Amino acid sequence: MILTDGLRSIGAAVRLWFSPARVREEGATPDYRFSLANERTFLAWLRTGLALVGGGFAVDQFLPRLHEGLRVTFTLVLLAGGALCTLRAVNHWVRCERAMRRGEDLPVSRFPTALALAVAVLAVAVVVLVLLGRTD
Amino acid sequence: MAGGARPDVPGPRPALDRDPGLQPERTRLAWRRTTLSATAMAALAGRQLLESDAPGAVEAVLAVLMGLLWLAFVTLAHRRMRAMTAGRPPGLPPRTALLLVACTLALALCGVVILVRPGH
Repeated sequence: MILTDGLRSIGAAVRLWFSPARVREEGATPDYRFSLANERTFLAWLRTGLALVGGGFAVDQFLPRLHEGLRVTFTLVLLAGGALCTLRAVNHWVRCERAMRRGEDLPVSRFPTALALAVAVLAVAVVVLVLLGRTD
Repeated sequence: MAGGARPDVPGPRPALDRDPGLQPERTRLAWRRTTLSATAMAALAGRQLLESDAPGAVEAVLAVLMGLLWLAFVTLAHRRMRAMTAGRPPGLPPRTALLLVACTLALALCGVVILVRPGH
């Protein structure tokens, strides 16, 4: 039940990305300053995604003595996290734009909390590995 | 964007009105930061390729591909920054947003290929 609901909402979101003209058919064009603020939020999330992808490259390059499997895992997790962040960036941007046009409340999201926890776990793991001397 | 005179929308209507928030300027700088992040990321990816022991055809194709993706990213951002100089900037075209995200995803995918390619 929850799964089908989730899949349906993902489907609706993806349809919305690819028919953005539909967003503009709804409601009234908001004050351009609000749209620009939404655009800057989108860019900030895009930078977060870019930073995670860059972090993945950094782990692979600057921890050369880390165990091969661990290094590849960290790198892949960071690359996937970066990809997820960029997808979330565009999704959140479209949803905010639509909410502003309809005069609704802006969407709330668990994503920032989830991302913060994931980054914290990853950082603690790397710190522990460095302290244990597994990186040299 | 269906702009035009809209008496119900608050805020500066004519292009010459004062905008105390300097919103277009701030948004332009946000774009600049984003292109810098993309450049740093591309530089790290390039460094990753240079570290390979025996660069071959796969590495060359990846380097060209990532260069083109970076170029597309920066070009899109540049066009958007140009649009920002208008007194009342148009909204971000959804196509631009999608293309930027596609470029970033493709760059991340290149990273995965770099990681798992044979001989790494």
